[in-house]
Amino acid sequence: MALLTCKELCIGYEGREILHGLDFSAEQGDYLCILGENGSGKSTLMKTILGLVPALSGEIVFGDGLKKGEIGYLPQQTDVQRDFPASVKEIVLSGCASSLGLRPFYSKAHKKLAMDNIEKMGLTELKNRCYRELSGGQQQRVLLARALCATQKALLLDEPVSGLDPNATANMYELVQKLNRDDGITVIMISHDIQAALQYADKILHIGKSVFFGSRDEYLAKIGKAGFAQQGGADNG
Amino acid sequence: MAEAFDKLYTYITEFPFVRYALIVGVLIALCSSLLGVTLVLKRFSFIGDGLSHVAFGAMTIAAVVKLTNSMPLILCITVISAVLLLRTGKNAKIKGDAAVAMISVSALAIGYLLMNVFSSSSNLSGDVCTTLFGSTSILTLSTTEVWLCIALSAVVLAVFVLFYNKVFSVTFDEDFARATGVKASLYNLILAVVIAVIIVLAMNLVGSLLISALVIFPALSAMRVFKSFKSVTVCSAVLSVICTLLGICISIVYGTPVGSTIVAVDIAAFAIFTVIGKFSGRVKP
Repeated sequence: MALLTCKELCIGYEGREILHGLDFSAEQGDYLCILGENGSGKSTLMKTILGLVPALSGEIVFGDGLKKGEIGYLPQQTDVQRDFPASVKEIVLSGCASSLGLRPFYSKAHKKLAMDNIEKMGLTELKNRCYRELSGGQQQRVLLARALCATQKALLLDEPVSGLDPNATANMYELVQKLNRDDGITVIMISHDIQAALQYADKILHIGKSVFFGSRDEYLAKIGKAGFAQQGGADNG
Repeated sequence: MAEAFDKLYTYITEFPFVRYALIVGVLIALCSSLLGVTLVLKRFSFIGDGLSHVAFGAMTIAAVVKLTNSMPLILCITVISAVLLLRTGKNAKIKGDAAVAMISVSALAIGYLLMNVFSSSSNLSGDVCTTLFGSTSILTLSTTEVWLCIALSAVVLAVFVLFYNKVFSVTFDEDFARATGVKASLYNLILAVVIAVIIVLAMNLVGSLLISALVIFPALSAMRVFKSFKSVTVCSAVLSVICTLLGICISIVYGTPVGSTIVAVDIAAFAIFTVIGKFSGRVKP
């Protein structure tokens, strides 16, 4: 059974339909890239998967022991966060908030998990620094460490490299690839960077006027026929 | 200076109402500053302002129907408004903003109208001024009100400490919290209720127009200098208590209005913290 299956999914905001008839699935250990132009509904799709926005119709099925709320989420940064007075440690630890349940305080295990993830993201030296003083790439790594505290199985990343410089971008992609390959974490990434998607992903979901879902090779074959330059141009726009 | 201290000492030892004022002042300052950090960071400062006007309207209603103990009624109305405001604020930002402005001016206008039409008081403008700027009400608290205030503050503090970690996660990133299964709406609701309670309490101290200052200033000052959520919260609480104590003492000794003196001290503290923040270079310009 797949980790996540979407059947005949129809998404939209406040009753207004953006996309319909979405059928795709992600297995344990997959690296799925969701591509599409701006405004094609990528972020809405992600929010629907996370349960932040209700699906208009169709269903989302979680399998393989994955429960709703056990997906790590790396959102796009908001204004509130850019000048938020919080230390790296506090933010990463807040990823454990949902596993607190009714308990008011974090346990030693929570703190250890947070520290492990801080180390994994190479943030150990920054752990007491203030979030708003970090560079864009460092901030993304902090949020990734937080997402890892909330999940063992699946990560959803919403344009994780937007606004990052080329170095930080490469670093981010490597980190995500490492998590996917070494820890077997399923990665679902929204992106409009088609080059990177082709380099790292093993499955691709392209949404927009035409919907495509399949392996990377199938996608390559399809856009090869349609003309790479044209497709690439549309995606980067 | 020594004379001033003597005067203060005599007041505190001789008059129980001065002691009440100090106790209630410290508690209110503590509660409002703790929640202030969250409110400011969540961009909810304006809700505090709107609610304080609602509380004013509620107070006039209580006065018109001649309730002897007006606190429960005011508390009810303000809590309900807080919940409603948060509901609208969640769906669309601009709508929520306009709703707050609408409710706050309506409450103010209706409140003043009611007072004008039904009040038998000979000193109407004095009454209004007291409610808005809280000039003396802190010094005329009954023992019941003091106990009610202590009890409510204890509840607020307990809620804040017990939900501290969840409040942090919901404040920093509501979407993430919701996506990972934290009941964000529930905590928003709790926050709204707690805010309403604090505002009703604080109305006694500084009057309904100046409550926002009590909520916002300590948090903003602390944010100039400190850089973790915990240190900002602690600093904001300590600063707020110190400013309030200082303000009450100054107003007792020099006979200035309590509320505005406290706010003036808060402003001074904000200025000092801004300068410290600039020089320590911790906050980027």
